[in-house]
Amino acid sequence: MKEENEQNSRRKFLKFGLLAGGATLTALGLQQNILGEAKATTGEKVKVMTADGKLVEVDSALVNHHAADTHLTQDQIRQGIEGRRFVMVIDLARCANERKCIEGCQKMHNTLPPIEYIKVKRMQDAELTAPYWFPQPCYHCDNPPCTKVCPVDATFKRTDGIVAIDSDRCIGCKFCMAACPYSARSFNFGRPQQEAYDKKNPCDDDHCCTTKASTVGTVSKCDFCPEHAAKGELPKCVTECPNGTIFFGDENEDTVSNGEETFRLSELLKSRAAYRQFEELGTKPRVYYLPPVERQFPFEEAKEAHNREE
Amino acid sequence: MSLNQIKSDKTTYETFTQEEYMVMKDELLRPVQRTGKWGKAWIAFLVVVCLAGLYAYYIQETRSKYLTVSLRDYTMWGVYISNFVFFVALSLIGVLMSAVLKLTHFEWYRPLSRIAEVIAVAAIMLAGVSIVAAMGRPDRLHFLFLHGRIQSPIVWDIIVIITYITTSLILLFIPLIPSLATCKNHLHNKPKWQMKMYEWLSFGWEGTPEQWKILKKSIRILTVLVIPLGVSIHTVTAWLFATTLRAEWDSTNFGAYFVSGAFLLGVAGMIVAVAIFRKAYKLEKYLTPMHFDKLGQALVLMSFIYIYFNVNEYLVPAYKMSSLHANHLLNLFTGDEAAVYWSVVFFGMFMPAILPLFRSMRKPVPLTIIAVVVVIAAWFKRYLIVIPGLAHPYLPIQDVPESWKHYSPSLVEMTIVAATFAAMMLIVTLFSRFFPIISVWEVAEGKLEGKDEIINYK
Ligand code: SF4
Repeated sequence: MKEENEQNSRRKFLKFGLLAGGATLTALGLQQNILGEAKATTGEKVKVMTADGKLVEVDSALVNHHAADTHLTQDQIRQGIEGRRFVMVIDLARCANERKCIEGCQKMHNTLPPIEYIKVKRMQDAELTAPYWFPQPCYHCDNPPCTKVCPVDATFKRTDGIVAIDSDRCIGCKFCMAACPYSARSFNFGRPQQEAYDKKNPCDDDHCCTTKASTVGTVSKCDFCPEHAAKGELPKCVTECPNGTIFFGDENEDTVSNGEETFRLSELLKSRAAYRQFEELGTKPRVYYLPPVERQFPFEEAKEAHNREE
Repeated sequence: MSLNQIKSDKTTYETFTQEEYMVMKDELLRPVQRTGKWGKAWIAFLVVVCLAGLYAYYIQETRSKYLTVSLRDYTMWGVYISNFVFFVALSLIGVLMSAVLKLTHFEWYRPLSRIAEVIAVAAIMLAGVSIVAAMGRPDRLHFLFLHGRIQSPIVWDIIVIITYITTSLILLFIPLIPSLATCKNHLHNKPKWQMKMYEWLSFGWEGTPEQWKILKKSIRILTVLVIPLGVSIHTVTAWLFATTLRAEWDSTNFGAYFVSGAFLLGVAGMIVAVAIFRKAYKLEKYLTPMHFDKLGQALVLMSFIYIYFNVNEYLVPAYKMSSLHANHLLNLFTGDEAAVYWSVVFFGMFMPAILPLFRSMRKPVPLTIIAVVVVIAAWFKRYLIVIPGLAHPYLPIQDVPESWKHYSPSLVEMTIVAATFAAMMLIVTLFSRFFPIISVWEVAEGKLEGKDEIINYK
């Protein structure tokens, strides 16, 4: 009994280690839970590094050997990264419509324009109020209208707050797209240019996220780059923005960062009077906006039209 | 045999011998006995359209949908979905024109009930086909059973639709059993397999009092059952939309609004079907001006009910004009879709509410024209409910190619939609070529029980 507990906690520990940074192993926790029995030990010990940098020795049966494989398994994709609650804060005072977040994201996810997982919209709330630029990713709502309606559980809410899609499960009914009040979702209609591009640039683990945009006939969208988050890296839209408009972080740690500056999330939200888009819809987005006051740039209309090409 | 004799000996229906009954049998079996030149041409035409639809579907599934289908990220539901809603609505014809009339003892239902039930079964099947055509990954259809989860309104819809199809099929079949025996005994020069089929399907029906008792009882139970089922299929179909947060569908009125629209479509569809069968199969004696008169009155009633729900659906939000609704409502009232919207209001609601108030408009020809217009308007009504709102979401659509902003169905989509209509009519036509489309015994029963208003309407 004691040994079993020890094994269990070690397993948990290992899993955390993997997800938080020791990305060389895949824990078998879930698989064993399902089978209801621990895997037989082999007696062979391997050394692994934990999240806090300690070397420990464990039985080799407890680890899967995947050299430099950062791709998460389907089970991990569904579960989410333990102990995390990802959030995003977008400072509207800093956005100058440079569209670098869009480009970074497109490169990252192998998508071609006009598909944008993060969009930058020109917003103007009333005739007399000032226009502003409005970067809009998926909001990863805490009360997601999209996951409720999915008939096959192909889109789901993870423990770390991310709303993810299992593109091997999606049947392409597009109900989730109809349900999303923010139009954050995209459907892969198999646009020929995109198809050709996918063939030329196959999605490899190094620069690609979990939600495979390349699956024709399924839905995709901004996924908060969970593979990067697992490695402790920031999403591309955050790092690519030259103005540091977008902050990404962890609600549990109460910090958000744009790569250069780091803020205490609660302080930032309080001092800058943050809001969420369409709070009245009750979707509880995980993306907060800081109102466009004391702007860093004067508002300039876009000089060219984007994504004209069919 | 006098009326009194029959009344005193109620269990001898199948032993009728009077000449009149034989004439009736002959007349009602005639379309099954012989298919004329035009009948064959009509079937061939429908088959060709269906094949064109299959070919269009083949193209859609083998080539890039970005090219074959006009759907884009904003308007991601198009004519397939609106066509699905149309067919679900049409399938309520069985509920209204057969079950409701039967239970409320409107005796003129008798020659109509089978026509209504066949249309209902065919329509609900084609509703299913429309949905599969809309799927991004039809190869994963079985995932609905492997991974289906009860939270999703799609799963509710599948459950009620399957239940409704099953019940409707049984309800179509059971009253058919005596007719099958009639076919078996009275048809001649038919291929062997067809006679075998009648024999096999009639389950050894002999028309004993015992059998009649069971038959009537099961029909009664199913008739009661099919009403709540029909109402729920269309209500759940309305919920597919109403459970989302989109302004254009965010309505507590939606279930009743859909059901009332379905009843209007049901009456109009019935009028068209009756007119066609009456002429094509020379059934003027059974489908009489009386039926048009009654159906015309029903059309008025259903139009007013539908107008009532439309007022609730559009004018009440329009009075408030909240900024969430304004975008979509103004688009319908004065924007791109205004022409279609107001045509549907006029031709699909006001015209059928007013014109058949005049007796002369309830004559077969004018009423059929009105009904055809109502059916067409009803199809566009579903289009308006499903599609234009999608292009007017809460957040503005910016930085997209032109085709992403305006949806107009592609050739492939329209061919498939046309094929679903052809397939529906083909099912109904073929049915009527193998089985009497008017229930011989039900009409006879009505007549013998003194309900001869059905036949002798002046
Ligand atoms: S499109 Fe895919 S993810 Fe969206 S609701 Fe349908 S099956 Fe689920």
